[in-house]
Amino acid sequence: MASISLKNLVKKYDDGFPAVNDVSIDIADGEFVILVGPSGCGKSTLLRMIVGLEDITSGDLFIDDRRVNDKAPRDRNLAMVFQNYALYPHLTVFENIAFPLRLAKGKFREEEVQERVRAAATTLELTDHLERKPGNLSGGQRQRVAMGRAIVRQADAFLFDEPLSNLDAKLRGQMRAEISQMQRRLGTTSVNVTHDQTEAMTLGDRVAVLKKGELQQIASPRELYEQPVNLFVAGFIGSPSMNFLPATAEGTMLKTPIGDMEVPDALAAQAASREVVLLGIRPEYFEDASLVEESKLGRGTVFSAELSHTEWLGNEQYGYIHFEPSPEVKDLLDGLARDLDADELRPQVVVTLDAASRIRGGRTAELWLDTRRLHVFDPATGENLTRDAEAGAALTQEANRERAEEIERAGRDAAEAG
Amino acid sequence: MKTTTPRTRITWILITIVVAVYALFPVFSILATSFKEPSDLSNGKLLPTNWSGVNYEQILVGDAQELFLTSLRNSIGITLIATAVAVVLATLCAYAIARLDFPGKKLVLTTALAVSIFPVISIVTPLFNVWRTIGLYDTWLGLIIPYLSLTLPISIWTLAAFFRQIPWELEQAAQVDGATSWQAFRKAIVPLAAPGVFTTAIIAFFIAWNDFVYGISLTSTEAARPVPAALAFFTGASQFESPTGAISAAAIIVTIPVVLLVLGFQRQIVSGLTQGAVKG
Repeated sequence: MASISLKNLVKKYDDGFPAVNDVSIDIADGEFVILVGPSGCGKSTLLRMIVGLEDITSGDLFIDDRRVNDKAPRDRNLAMVFQNYALYPHLTVFENIAFPLRLAKGKFREEEVQERVRAAATTLELTDHLERKPGNLSGGQRQRVAMGRAIVRQADAFLFDEPLSNLDAKLRGQMRAEISQMQRRLGTTSVNVTHDQTEAMTLGDRVAVLKKGELQQIASPRELYEQPVNLFVAGFIGSPSMNFLPATAEGTMLKTPIGDMEVPDALAAQAASREVVLLGIRPEYFEDASLVEESKLGRGTVFSAELSHTEWLGNEQYGYIHFEPSPEVKDLLDGLARDLDADELRPQVVVTLDAASRIRGGRTAELWLDTRRLHVFDPATGENLTRDAEAGAALTQEANRERAEEIERAGRDAAEAG
Repeated sequence: MKTTTPRTRITWILITIVVAVYALFPVFSILATSFKEPSDLSNGKLLPTNWSGVNYEQILVGDAQELFLTSLRNSIGITLIATAVAVVLATLCAYAIARLDFPGKKLVLTTALAVSIFPVISIVTPLFNVWRTIGLYDTWLGLIIPYLSLTLPISIWTLAAFFRQIPWELEQAAQVDGATSWQAFRKAIVPLAAPGVFTTAIIAFFIAWNDFVYGISLTSTEAARPVPAALAFFTGASQFESPTGAISAAAIIVTIPVVLLVLGFQRQIVSGLTQGAVKG
């Protein structure tokens, strides 16, 4: 059990390219932090710096107030699960899990090793496979063996490097739940690297979003979703991702390519501070106007737009509205798409509609938009002009409280079971 | 699995038979010759008229016994030592080349390659003079050192290629699990490299075992003369008899360890040992 503290960490390669640039994160004891970002954002490098496989160019790394910059990996007492599992193919599952214990010579008696490995195997449901070689196991089982090797010794923290990326979708969901429960039960500080935002949102107490080696925002998943600091975070978190629409303010009206919208005064004031702003609208802020209750209608604005096509998914449906952006806005959106690792951001707005909606593509439809939840971004800097820092902080605090409760409950359950 | 049609199967079987006959016929010819009586040698037939063990008798218990058995002992001793030294040195060297980034890495590899393609015959005369001066002529060490120059380059190249295949993560995982660099090498890498090391050892053994030029040039007595060189010193029972039968018998005996080695190590050269280390 330990806290990990990253202070202005920098990793520069020989050619001077900063893979990680001035990242500071405080990870509390027992917290589950996710490092997320598009490929090449330095998240894996950062994890490998923590575990000691990558040198730190400058900055300080503390584990429990102990500066470990110059410590070898084996002296940091951290456990790591590699993306490709890195199991020892010549050893049985039992010996793979026992490997860290056997290395700590003289520290564990044979019975202790047996007992600990059996306990870890029971936790991970590997008891039937202990005598097999990793080559004969399925992907999910190998993943479990790799986790077994991590939990068998009392490491200060678990570090996961894209642990689920090699599993198929179904297994991924299952292992995600298992990792989450295991982390709560053991209450061990964990850091997980992923590019999958579902994994980030569901596993993390806090999620650190990285872009080109720089930390953009670290907050609870809800804060990231509802109060992103900038365009990048807003675009990265959420699926389907946030729509960005150029808008110009005229009084309390915003003129956008898909129609004019009446917005609250505060929002309009922010929008008026720049000539053109980018309006950030999550797909679910839209609704089929005919399905919105009378009481809610007043909280938003109704406008008409033509949907090019719709996709019905059973529980909801997606509608698509095309628009022609001006060249400057198109460049901006393309740049953002490159940052986000996508090919290009199609100039279209995705709207989520109720599954019961009869709106179909090719027809003009009345859409309702919840204008209270819109965000306004500065197109030049990407800064979120309407971010409510206090509301965001409150969301993260709430997540922290929940984590404390969950760990306590898991501890209680374990005590009762034991 | 690929499905094979009967036609391709038959083609493959035919090719296999042709290659096998081409490769094994000379061996069989020597085997047959080794069982011929001296008077039978020039009978113009492949098979001996009477199968006789007289040649084997001659080299194992008869006149040529001393010449053959001491040279056999020399060959085994020198080759085993040269192989062992080459494999240990090459393992360490290849590991460094595969894993570490150090100045002169390319130089080591190119030098090794250059040494291995350098014609042996061109260095044997200077070496003869040097060895005579410093007293290594006609000693085991005097042969082991040149044999290393033959076996090391190829060992380094094959092992380096082998080490590069082993996922680096295994070593890093071992280090995170609490191993020192040496422990990670010994416990995670060496066991995985074992098939490669065995293969390399066999190649190195053959090279040293089959050498003739150094063997004949750098020795003069039974103190260090290896079998390939000793075969040239066989004489017939009288000066009118050619020693072909004895040489054939000796050649067959010399082939036996090689065959045994391959059969013995075959089990160790298990390909696919690395499967399952990482998600394939």
